[in-house]
Amino acid sequence: MKIALALGALIGLLLTIVPSILVAIGLLSWQTHAVLMTIGMIVWFIAASLYPQPAKSS
Amino acid sequence: MTEATTTITQKLDALYEYDREPVHEKSFQGIGKFLGVYGGEHIAGTEYVIGPLFVSHGVTAGDFFLGLIIGNILAVLSWAFVTAPIAVKTRLTLYWHLRNIAGPRLTALYSIVNAVMFCFLAGSMISVSATAIGLPLDMKMPALEDMLPNSVEWVAVVLLVGTAVTALAILGFEKISRFSSIASPWMVLVFIAGAIAVLPTLGVQSPGDLWRVANERIWTGVPFAGQTKFTFWHVMFFAWFCNLAMHIGMSDMSLLRFAKKWQYGFASATGMFLGHFVAWTSSSVLCAAAAGSVAPGPIAYMGAGIAGAVSVVIAGWTTANPTLYRAGLAFQVVTPDWKRWKVTLVAGLVTTIAAVFPALMMKLLDFVALYGLLLMPMGAVIVADYWFLPRMGLRKEYAAHRGLGLSWPVLIAWLGALAVAFALPFEIFFVALPGWFVAVLLFVGFSFIQQKYLAAAGERGSQ
Repeated sequence: MKIALALGALIGLLLTIVPSILVAIGLLSWQTHAVLMTIGMIVWFIAASLYPQPAKSS
Repeated sequence: MTEATTTITQKLDALYEYDREPVHEKSFQGIGKFLGVYGGEHIAGTEYVIGPLFVSHGVTAGDFFLGLIIGNILAVLSWAFVTAPIAVKTRLTLYWHLRNIAGPRLTALYSIVNAVMFCFLAGSMISVSATAIGLPLDMKMPALEDMLPNSVEWVAVVLLVGTAVTALAILGFEKISRFSSIASPWMVLVFIAGAIAVLPTLGVQSPGDLWRVANERIWTGVPFAGQTKFTFWHVMFFAWFCNLAMHIGMSDMSLLRFAKKWQYGFASATGMFLGHFVAWTSSSVLCAAAAGSVAPGPIAYMGAGIAGAVSVVIAGWTTANPTLYRAGLAFQVVTPDWKRWKVTLVAGLVTTIAAVFPALMMKLLDFVALYGLLLMPMGAVIVADYWFLPRMGLRKEYAAHRGLGLSWPVLIAWLGALAVAFALPFEIFFVALPGWFVAVLLFVGFSFIQQKYLAAAGERGSQ
């Protein structure tokens, strides 16, 4: 589960940054980039929120 | 002390009771904690405003980057060489350390000034969030020259956001902190992605175009109508002093007292170079792509769509909340019998009313400079008390030693430094540095008089 959440968080971040680079080099439209960023945002917040927090030391 | 001030200072002591003792070794934190805290704290909603304000003041690309690099390095060095060494030696919060030097009554006054400034700072963050919430409502955005509310919709949206932020600050500070730490890495990428995505609209076809476009389209060197011209010195001093209250003003003693070594002060580089370098650069690019618009919501939406607008709301909200919480904490000293929720409610009300005025957001550079300037003399006093007084044969923390309610050398240093700073014929960005030296000189000089002459005369008189 932990690995799946870490992978989800990574995908969320990649969906946030990679589409903008593709827009800059002309391989993606701005509209698609905006949609992918929105999906990336949702994926990131779900995965990062569910990822177990390290136990607090005393 | 009068009965009223005794009650206030007792209340203040009770509020910070938990932090009264120096941090124990078992509570020390590793470098990772500080890298994360600084990285998160300096990627705030206000970063969306600061970049565009530099653009509007006609900074050139060379001045912008050189000023940011040098100013940010000076800020990191200030944390590392001014704040951290005293923090790890005393292991006390700013409040308790200052109380020993300035006395409880003067420390209470300092806390109240700090609280008022916190309210205005949180207000600017609420304004930032409101520009994104207003997007789907087709709200008229405040312009650079707007000092008063420009529409009924703006007032309604700010009141809505202010109410939500205040309610959340009352309900749970811890959960917001957790949410804020989750949002930080994503927000950095939204800033960067938004800026990259608009590069083609500015005329960047290849990496070779970047510097030309930076000079011709973004940091053109020409101020917007009605704006003053900024130079390298403005950028450098602003980058150095925008967190003046935290480093040279010493309020980050409260954080760095948990550091194992003073060298952890260098961890502030994450905040300076991710937040104040990358984010300010990105928001400048977005401003240029939005044809000079400085409203954070629209410019973030232009670069990153819905994710950009959401990031503005989250960036404003997650930073307004702890700021409002701290303001409530500080205000509690003058409302002895009030519950925390009631104080936070009043602080939220003040903050929301302030946020209604776009002047707070549009004059953010001046406000941030003023905020640091007002609190800086106390940092100068702490440095002088720690390093200089013992070398002159004077006693450190004299107010605590003599049980004084108020240290008059500290009061004179505070007010005197501010009077000199405001009297200097320079812009507000440049007066903090001479003000620091004035505060040190006044404090050391009057401490000498207090300890060598007046105390000696008092002792002779009592014999």
